Amino acid sequence: MTKNTPINTNQSRRKFMKVSLATSGGMLLGFNLLTGCQSESKAVAAKLIPALPIPNEWFDINAYLKIGDTGLVTIMSPNPEIGQNVKTSMPMIVAEELDVDWKDVVVEQSPLSSDFDRQVAGGSQSIRQSWESLRNAGATARKMLLDTAAEKWNVNPEDCSISNGVITSPAGETFGYGELASEAATREVPTEVQLKQPKDFNIIGQSKTNVDMEGILTGQALFGIDTQIESMKYAVALRPPAFGQALDSFDDSATKAINGVEQVIRFGNKIAVVANSTWAAMKGKKALVVNWKNVGKLENSIDHSNELKEYSSKLSDEPRRVDGDVEKAFAEADYVLEKYYEAPFLPHACMEPMNFYANVTSEGAEIKGPIQTPQWTQARVGKVLGYEEDDYGKVSVGMTRMGGGFGRRLYGDFAEEAAEISQKAGVPIQLIFSREDDMLAGTYRPASAYRIKAGVVNGKLTAYHLTEAFYNGSMFGAMPSNFPAGAVPNYRVDCHQLETNFTTGAWRAPYANFLAYAEQAFFDELADELGQDAIQLRLDLFAEAKNNPIGEEHNYEVDKFVGVIKLAKEKSDWINRGQGKHLGFSAYYSHNTYVAEVAEIEMVNDVPQVKKVVCAVDCGIVINRLAAINQIEGGIVDGIGHAMYGNFEFKDGQTQQTNYHNYRLIRCDEAPEVEVHFVESENDPTGLGEPTLPPAGGALANAIASATGKRYYQQPFIKFLDVKG
Amino acid sequence: MPEFNLNINGQSKTVNVDADTPLLWVLRDELRLVGTKYGCGIAQCGACTVHLDGKAIRSCSVPVSSIKKEVTTIEGLSDDANHPLQNAWREHDVPQCGYCQSGQIMSAAALLASNPKPSDEEIDDAMRGNICRCGTYIRIKKAIKTASKQ
Repeated sequence: MTKNTPINTNQSRRKFMKVSLATSGGMLLGFNLLTGCQSESKAVAAKLIPALPIPNEWFDINAYLKIGDTGLVTIMSPNPEIGQNVKTSMPMIVAEELDVDWKDVVVEQSPLSSDFDRQVAGGSQSIRQSWESLRNAGATARKMLLDTAAEKWNVNPEDCSISNGVITSPAGETFGYGELASEAATREVPTEVQLKQPKDFNIIGQSKTNVDMEGILTGQALFGIDTQIESMKYAVALRPPAFGQALDSFDDSATKAINGVEQVIRFGNKIAVVANSTWAAMKGKKALVVNWKNVGKLENSIDHSNELKEYSSKLSDEPRRVDGDVEKAFAEADYVLEKYYEAPFLPHACMEPMNFYANVTSEGAEIKGPIQTPQWTQARVGKVLGYEEDDYGKVSVGMTRMGGGFGRRLYGDFAEEAAEISQKAGVPIQLIFSREDDMLAGTYRPASAYRIKAGVVNGKLTAYHLTEAFYNGSMFGAMPSNFPAGAVPNYRVDCHQLETNFTTGAWRAPYANFLAYAEQAFFDELADELGQDAIQLRLDLFAEAKNNPIGEEHNYEVDKFVGVIKLAKEKSDWINRGQGKHLGFSAYYSHNTYVAEVAEIEMVNDVPQVKKVVCAVDCGIVINRLAAINQIEGGIVDGIGHAMYGNFEFKDGQTQQTNYHNYRLIRCDEAPEVEVHFVESENDPTGLGEPTLPPAGGALANAIASATGKRYYQQPFIKFLDVKG
Repeated sequence: MPEFNLNINGQSKTVNVDADTPLLWVLRDELRLVGTKYGCGIAQCGACTVHLDGKAIRSCSVPVSSIKKEVTTIEGLSDDANHPLQNAWREHDVPQCGYCQSGQIMSAAALLASNPKPSDEEIDDAMRGNICRCGTYIRIKKAIKTASKQ
C-alpha cells in the first residue's frame, strides 16, 4: 500500500555536495545533451532550451537531483533506458515529491554509480523496485528546501505552502527553489519525510512526452551505435558460424589490402577487423579466408523438437509442485484432455544491433553503450581484462539509450568483446555487429514445450498436470504456483531441463512468453470441449481458489485477477460474440501485473487479421499514462507478432534465418488497434515492459479457433498459414 | 580514394571514400549525421531511410557513387523540428526505444509529399518496409493521419 505516514528516508548524503560551476566546460557541454521536459512550446523544445535560464551554479541536493540558481532542476535517471520509457517516468516520480513544475526539469542519464541501488533494466522492475527511493529523493529535497525557507522567515515549515518550485510563507512572501538551493544543499539530510497522498499527485498519472523526443525527432546521437569519439576506430568481429565450431586457421592478406583496414586481431575463436570506417571494417571481415573446425555437437531444430516432445511425456524425479494425486484423478475423470505445445528458439532482433565503445589503457577502461545490466557488465569486462576483483571499479560504464533490448542487452558479451579488442588493438574502438552477426551470435530465447493434461468430473476441473521441457533452464521462483494452482484439487508440475550448446537467455517475459500461450490456449479448448463459456470457466476456477484454496499458496491475488478479467469481458462486449464477431480471450499474471486481453479477428483469404485487442491491466498506480499505454500496445503487438511470424531454425548448429529478409517480424499493416483499460488503483506501481506480451498469443489463437475451429499447437502460426512474406 | 561531391540537406559536402561505400555509412561515419540508422544493410527494415530528390530510399543499399541528386536526412527534414510529422509524433508520443523512428518519419514524409491525404491502405503500403521492433505501429499510423489532417 502507498505510505502516507512519515517514513525514514535512508537517504545517504554524497560526499561531493559542493557547488559545481556552470561556467566549467563540462557542465555546459553536459547541458547540451540534456533534454528539456517542456512540451508547451515546440520551437523552444526543439532547440532544447529550458523554460528557465541556464543556471550559473548548480547545487547537488542528493544523488538524484541538483537545483540550479535559476530554479531549473536536473533529475538523474538512474536506470538504463531501453524503450520502456523509464528515463521519463522515473524522474516524474522524483519531480512529483519535489513539487516542481515538470517544464522546469531536465533529465540526465546517470552513469553506473554506487549512489543508486538497482541500475538494471529487466523483469519489468525499474519502477516497482525504485518507487520508494525515487519518492524519497524528491521528498527529502523538498523538505530541505522548505526548512531553509522557513528558517529564513522564522516561521513553522508546516505553515508554508509549496507549488511548482515556489515556497510561500504565511505572510505571502515567496522563495523559488533556485534562491534556496545553495543553502539547502548544505543542510543535514532529514531522517523522516512526508510523502504525498496519491490523490494529491499532479505529475504522476499524467501524460508526459518522452524526454528524448526532440533528440529522436531530429536524429541526434542518443544510441550506443551513434558514439563517435576522436581517434576512435571501428571494429567488427567474425565469430564461428555455427555452435559447435571453432576457429582453426585464417588468411587475412586480402583483408589487410582493403583501404582503411588497420588491424586484424585474433581473440579466442574470433577475429576482429579494426578500420577507420564501419564500411572498411565490414568489407575487411568479408575478405577473411577462414577454416573452421568442429569441436562440439552441431545441433538441429528437428532434433530439439523430438527431444522436447519426448521429455514432456515423462514424469520428473522431483516435481515442482504436487497437490493431491493427478494420476488417480485422471483415472476417475469422466473426461480427459491432453495437448502438447511447442515453441522455437528466438532471437531478440533488436533494431539497433549489438555494439559497444571501449577505450582500454594502462590506467583502466572506459566503456559505453547500450546495456541493461551496467553493474554486471562492469565485472564481466573487468574479469576479461584480467583485473583483480577489487579493481573492477577501474572500468567506468556509460549508458546510452538502447535501440531495443528485450533481454538481449542483459548479457554484456559484446561489451567484453569490445574491451578485449580495444586492449589488444591499443586504440579506442566502437564494436558493431552486422545484422547477420546479431542473428548468428545471439543469446536466444530457448526452445521449449509444455504438455498439459486436464481431468474433468461433471464439467468441473479435478486434475491439472503441466509438464515443461526447456533448454538451458526451467521455470523459476513461484511460477509452478501460477494459476490454476490453488484452484484444482489435483495439481502437478514437472520440469525437464534439457541441454544445448547454443547461448540462451532471457527474452521478454521469460517462460511466461510461451507458458502463457500454452495454458491460455488449453483453457480455451477445454471450455470448448466442455461446452462452457471460456471466461466463465476461468472465473469458476478463481472462485475455487478464493473460497477453497488448494495447497499452501498460489502466487496470484484472486480479486485482482478477476478484476481485469471482468473489465476485459465488459469492454470487449464478450456476450455479443459469435455471428461473425470472432473473439479470443486470454489472461495472465506475470511480473507483478495482471492482464486480460480479448482479440477480435477477421479471416481474410484464410489468414487471420487482428482487428482489435481490448486489454485490461492492473499495474497499481499508473505513472505516465500515455507512455504506459504505449508499453501495453507494444507488448501486444510483440506477442501477436512472434506467435504469428517468429520462425527461427537451426541446421548443423547454424541459424537458418540471417537477416530480416528471412526472419519475419510483424509489420505495420498487421498491427491491431489496441484499447486499454486500467483498473484504477492506489496500490504501489508494478511494471509494464513485459506483462502484456504473454497473453497476446493466446488471445489471437483463441480468436482463430473461434473463427475457423482450427487450433495451433506450435508457434509460429505462419507454418500453417499462407501469409505474405 | 575518389572524391564525391554531395548535396546533403541543402549543403555541399565533399567526401573521399571508396566508390562502393553505401550512402548510409558516408552519412554516419564521414558526415557525422547519425540520425540515419543501420538496421539490416539489405534494404529490409527501413531504419536507414532518407530522401533522394524527395523520394524515400534505403541508404544502406545505395553506393555513394550513384548519388547525383539532393539528399535529405532526418536532420534536414525541417528547420525547427516542426514538420507536421514531427509535431504529430510529439502529440502521439510515438517512440518507445526510438531507433527506427527517423526512418519511419522519412518514409512517412515521402508518402505525404506525394500523397497528402493517404488512405489507411496507402499508409500500410508505404510503411510496410519500416520495421518497428517495439511495435509502435499503431501510433505511427495515427500520427501520419494527424499530420495529413485527416
